[in-house]
Amino acid sequence: MSGRARYDEVVVAVPVTVPYVRYSIRGAHWFAARALAGLLSGSGLAKSAIDGLCFSSFTLAPDTAIALTQHLGLTLSWLDHIPLGGAAGIVALRRALRAVQSGDAAVVACVAADTNQVHSFRRTLEHFSQFAQDAVYPYGAGGPNASFALLTARYMREFGVRREDFGKLCVAQRQNALAFPHALFRKPLTLEQYLRARPIAEPLHLLDCVMPCAGAEAFLVMRRERARDLGLRAVAVLATSERHNAFPEDALQLRGGWALDREALFAAAGISHQDVDLVQTYDDYPVMSLMQIEDLGFFAKGEAAQFVRTHSFTTDGDFPVNTSGGQLSVGQAGAAGGFLGLTEALRQLTGAALGAQVANARCAVVSGFGIINYDRGLACGAAILAAQTP
Amino acid sequence: MSGASGQRPRKNPLLRTHVPLTPPAARSRIALRLTAAAARGRFELQVCRRCAHVQYPPREACERCLGLELDWKAERGAGELLAETTLHHSHEEYFRLRLPCRIGLVRLESGPTLVTFLRAGARGVGSRVLVAAHLDRAGQAVLVARAVGEQDSMAEDRALRELTCSARQRKILVTDGKSATGQALIRGLLQTGAELVWAGTAEPWKPAPGLDELARDPRVTPVPLDLTDSDSVRERVAQIGAKVDILINNAELHRPYGIGARYGVEVARAEMDLNYFGLLRLAQELAPVMRARSADAPASAVAWVNILSIYALSSFPAQGTFSASKAAAYSLSQCLRAELQRSGVRVMHVFPGPLDESWNEQLPGPKLSPEALARSVLGALEDGIEDVYPGDLAQEWLARWREDPKVLERELAAGG
Repeated sequence: MSGRARYDEVVVAVPVTVPYVRYSIRGAHWFAARALAGLLSGSGLAKSAIDGLCFSSFTLAPDTAIALTQHLGLTLSWLDHIPLGGAAGIVALRRALRAVQSGDAAVVACVAADTNQVHSFRRTLEHFSQFAQDAVYPYGAGGPNASFALLTARYMREFGVRREDFGKLCVAQRQNALAFPHALFRKPLTLEQYLRARPIAEPLHLLDCVMPCAGAEAFLVMRRERARDLGLRAVAVLATSERHNAFPEDALQLRGGWALDREALFAAAGISHQDVDLVQTYDDYPVMSLMQIEDLGFFAKGEAAQFVRTHSFTTDGDFPVNTSGGQLSVGQAGAAGGFLGLTEALRQLTGAALGAQVANARCAVVSGFGIINYDRGLACGAAILAAQTP
Repeated sequence: MSGASGQRPRKNPLLRTHVPLTPPAARSRIALRLTAAAARGRFELQVCRRCAHVQYPPREACERCLGLELDWKAERGAGELLAETTLHHSHEEYFRLRLPCRIGLVRLESGPTLVTFLRAGARGVGSRVLVAAHLDRAGQAVLVARAVGEQDSMAEDRALRELTCSARQRKILVTDGKSATGQALIRGLLQTGAELVWAGTAEPWKPAPGLDELARDPRVTPVPLDLTDSDSVRERVAQIGAKVDILINNAELHRPYGIGARYGVEVARAEMDLNYFGLLRLAQELAPVMRARSADAPASAVAWVNILSIYALSSFPAQGTFSASKAAAYSLSQCLRAELQRSGVRVMHVFPGPLDESWNEQLPGPKLSPEALARSVLGALEDGIEDVYPGDLAQEWLARWREDPKVLERELAAGG
């Protein structure tokens, strides 16, 4: 185990979701403003009490986080901009925890906000990265669907996973979403409907793909006493990890950085896998959910099919996953997709679920995954959160 | 009638002509080296001079040792197909009209993993494939994997046929049907399966040995065309311009000597009038028509070929005024290429060394036969290559010019 300092005196609180919409004519700044307002009303803090900001977005250009300080009238002693997509939530959490712990900031607002105009997703893809522009997008311009189709196909072949297995996960997440007020998809889904959906990039079909939308997610990080003084329901962070560009020697991505860090992560948290009550993955595609659960050590490499067939993933199941419906059913609001699992875990662990509550939820694992720079996702992260003993 | 020359499907006159669309053209500067190699029909990847690591996508430094000296070297392209998918959805209009489209991940024996288009035969995880670089409709390099041994033309593949400019089933205008090169080109085009060849003749009242014989083939139609006469160009383009799929501009005036061996500017002016202004006249009339027809289904305007000269790169003093006219034509043709880029019509430059013809009698060999020139042009159309240097002499000249143009200039001043 590494000699990293624990996070004992720092907590996470005030999960905020700015309701998602398919398309918006507003800018990302608008969603950021609403998220910040939500943090203030949820905490009872004045804007001047926020002295740290950790921000993520794909659609704030030409601005970065510094512009937001003036745009939203914030005066800060600490600022970070985290362009890590689906790993942004976990990494923002890590940065903010240390900032508060060290005293560089007293209250850090972690915010991810994105707008979605009709053409913004295509524009994001076109110039997503230099490698994507030079060596992926010109090949049919399939975007992430194409990249994940390739690795899903190989994962299925390598480990004997079938579409029905992904389907079971998607159907369970939809079931979870039915009770979640912010989910954009709130019609029940059957396995037959999942299997019959039109092909997008084989083996991916429509319901394997997230729907880009606009929205924001946010939370606050502060010292434990401060949260208590404010009367906030807060969550402790037992351990975190991040890993970038893991296993560069792999010809194709069948595992992620979690595999390198899971032992240290669980050791630092002082818990075992059996202690975990729910898991929030970065579910941009169902294959990634399985890969995260797998590489975090909940089942052995290659046993995804067996795992799926012997577990249930609804909020009342024996292995609740993506309890708000995940991005597959709630929608993918850009970088906010990387925060969705965290805000949901905060609610579940404080008994404040907006949808269905997992009974006796005491411990959650949240993982993040982001940035298909070329042929694979580069940024991986995970956090183990625990309800505070009253 | 040759078996390969079946009639192409007729266009439905009730359907509108598509506007030209091109695939995503943005590339980083470093990635343009892949395009530069593909333009010459080569597949090259970055190889670190220090540690010999082969890498892709192109980078500014060696990912292994951080070395900054990266050489672009020929890559054999042999590899293994790791994964494949068929795209049924695309974010770009160009591809949406061409779906479905197959792509895959290929691990090269030399190391890197590539995203590539897949030819029909390249299928099955673990199968052996060969990767090559081709220019796409935007004029940028893309990688295509084919099964080992797969020979079928990409022209048959709905998503990939626009990587080629094959003369098969196309209508072609050759601007000079009287010259030996023109006639070699026409014979080659007929063998390739061209549907129709117009053979330009600048002075139709003069006998045209060879052409009369070629014109007995029903697919060959001699047409009056004098590139030094604006009216002639305008008339011809008005008559047949909207049907031309491929233009091959081989008309040229070629006389020896540089500055001191001649008095007056008449010969040089005549060379410029045909070799440079002739191209300009033709481009002004025909290029807009071809640009508008570049997405015309089922066959469209695809290529504009300019027969230049290797002397366009650096003056050959013994033929100095001819060199100058070809250098001017080359420069203008680069401009034409830029203007046609957005439409997808490929402008091909052909840089032959001295041809085996009467005006080169005083030169020693090797000289390029008209048939060899024609073979190069037709092969380049088939492969969609942009810059062609046919023959040993042109290849050697190119190598010297690429190594150091100044050294070549000194060598040419000394006689070659």
